[in-house]
Amino acid sequence: MANRRLAPPDQQPKEFSFTAENAAWAKQQIAKYPAGRQQSAIIPLLWRAQEQNGGWLPEAAIRVVSEMLGMAHIRALEVATFYTMFLLEPCGKKAHIQVCGTTPCVLRGAEAILDVCKKRIHHDPGHVSADGDFSWEEVECLGACVNAPMVLIWNDTYEDLTAESFEKVLDEFAAGRKPKPGPQIDRQLSAPVGGATTLKSVKA
Amino acid sequence: MLDDKDRIFKNLYGQGDWGLEGARKRGAWDNTKAILDKGREVIVNEVKASGLRGRGGAGFPTGVKWSFMPKAVGDRPHYLVVNADESEPGTCKDREIMRNDPHLLVEGCLIAGRAMDCRSGYIYVRGEFIRERERLQAAVDQAYEAKLIGKDNIHGYDFDLYVHHGAGAYICGEEMALLESLEGKKGQPRLKPPFPANMGLYGCPTTVNNVESIAVVPDIMRRGATWFAGIGRPNNTGTKLFCISGHVERPCTVEEAMGIPVRELIDTHCGGVRGGWGNLLAIIPGGSSMPVIPAHQCDELKMDFDGCAALKSSLGTAAVIVMDKSTDIIRAFARIAYFYKHESCGQCTPCREGMGWMWRVLTRMADGRAQKREIDMLFDVTKQIEGHTICAFGDGAAWPVQGLIRHFRPEIERRIDEYTRNADRHAVRVAAE
Repeated sequence: MANRRLAPPDQQPKEFSFTAENAAWAKQQIAKYPAGRQQSAIIPLLWRAQEQNGGWLPEAAIRVVSEMLGMAHIRALEVATFYTMFLLEPCGKKAHIQVCGTTPCVLRGAEAILDVCKKRIHHDPGHVSADGDFSWEEVECLGACVNAPMVLIWNDTYEDLTAESFEKVLDEFAAGRKPKPGPQIDRQLSAPVGGATTLKSVKA
Repeated sequence: MLDDKDRIFKNLYGQGDWGLEGARKRGAWDNTKAILDKGREVIVNEVKASGLRGRGGAGFPTGVKWSFMPKAVGDRPHYLVVNADESEPGTCKDREIMRNDPHLLVEGCLIAGRAMDCRSGYIYVRGEFIRERERLQAAVDQAYEAKLIGKDNIHGYDFDLYVHHGAGAYICGEEMALLESLEGKKGQPRLKPPFPANMGLYGCPTTVNNVESIAVVPDIMRRGATWFAGIGRPNNTGTKLFCISGHVERPCTVEEAMGIPVRELIDTHCGGVRGGWGNLLAIIPGGSSMPVIPAHQCDELKMDFDGCAALKSSLGTAAVIVMDKSTDIIRAFARIAYFYKHESCGQCTPCREGMGWMWRVLTRMADGRAQKREIDMLFDVTKQIEGHTICAFGDGAAWPVQGLIRHFRPEIERRIDEYTRNADRHAVRVAAE
């Protein structure tokens, strides 16, 4: 179990409201579920609120979403603290890096990736770097084990990393650019390096 | 090696078009109406006859599971829920289906929905699979646009399909936790019975299936149960996506026949174990929840349900984690124990408290800072967790530790001895100064 708390009050914005676009999107989401079951939409709505708020979820947003869905505030807080992809404290502005540190990635060198984070961003996870641009955390299996080691930054995965290629990815984010996601070596997604051993007779 | 013509996932590596047009060229959505018109009984019987066993880990026969749904729709609607919360360490097969061949899944949902009289289905994608979810949603949108699913579609069977997602909780891959999460709550598993086929999503009859189980159904219906049943061995039929990670030359995901010897799998598709077969230390055959198999047993290991069970392990999700002799096996399992500590939902005491306990003891054992009697104590604790929790999470966390002790006890003892010896040496030096 992960013990998770909301950010302290001095970091919390007083108010939160969805942009018009996001509010319309939220309405569509709620319509996916049967009448009276609007609570089902809580994870997508909190997620969108987190995106709108620069990557972390403030208390005000949790309150707004619980009111939109007609839920008790405590039920929404339960959801926000249970699911670890909701960041409850501010994160880096340019990149929040989630490093997969589970065994399959460790076997292929995830510790070197973690070392880069410790050296370059902050010694401890969950802290924003001095310039406010970066933060990192070690997360559990991200589901790209044949492309290990890998990280998730915002919506994209960066796979088949080495300490060097990971530094390059970070350089790109630092410069305000977006590096090419996916494998960082010459490789077609999850096919073996050097080309697939199967499906050779299948025309693309 | 499995012949290319027998492969179901023809766009596994995303080398072709993932969209509707590409999927059609590969044979999807071809006269689906004829399949649906066969009706419920015929579809269920065909899937039963194919011998398809659930691809999510437990291996329960899919057709049998479908037959548990009520025979007629009463006042409660039936739901199909697809478990795309793929989070078992080592497993990354459903990801490839969702991003590279999503129409197989969408079409499979329609057919499975018909087989259980479901008028709506939800696909629960894990939160981390953001691009995969977008791709799947795009495929669903294409299918709606082409009137393949939805109200008044060309197949004459109204069926709505929705993509839902989680936000980073491994436990939501457990079907009851998944349903709770889909209802907008914390993902804490419900007690069974009642089973989902009776009381599932929103209290209605529900069937939860893995992505791969559903995605192979269109091919089974088109090519026939005998084709599928002819691949692999009896009771372990069909093709399977294997994800081979860890210490192999070229890790990859590949579709192969069930029952392929693990050595053939690794040598053919991954360029062998790093440093050669002789450098192999152990294999975890089915994702981190399954007991480890040491190298000397791997020569005879056949990758299917019975093959893994014969060696006291399990096929699980067919995620093969390979470890060579450079691996610190105790530390590797301590990290797996940390995973379970982190992901326990906290509902049942043996699991919530036991996971942290196992992790702390294993961390000490990795350093050698333990007593030998603690090895038996650790084994005993795993037995007290196993079978004493609401869901199978406790079992899945206890098995890898049991496997470690079963096969690598001498290594744990050696490390304790070494630590003690070094401690003594250190003490003597200090005393002499």
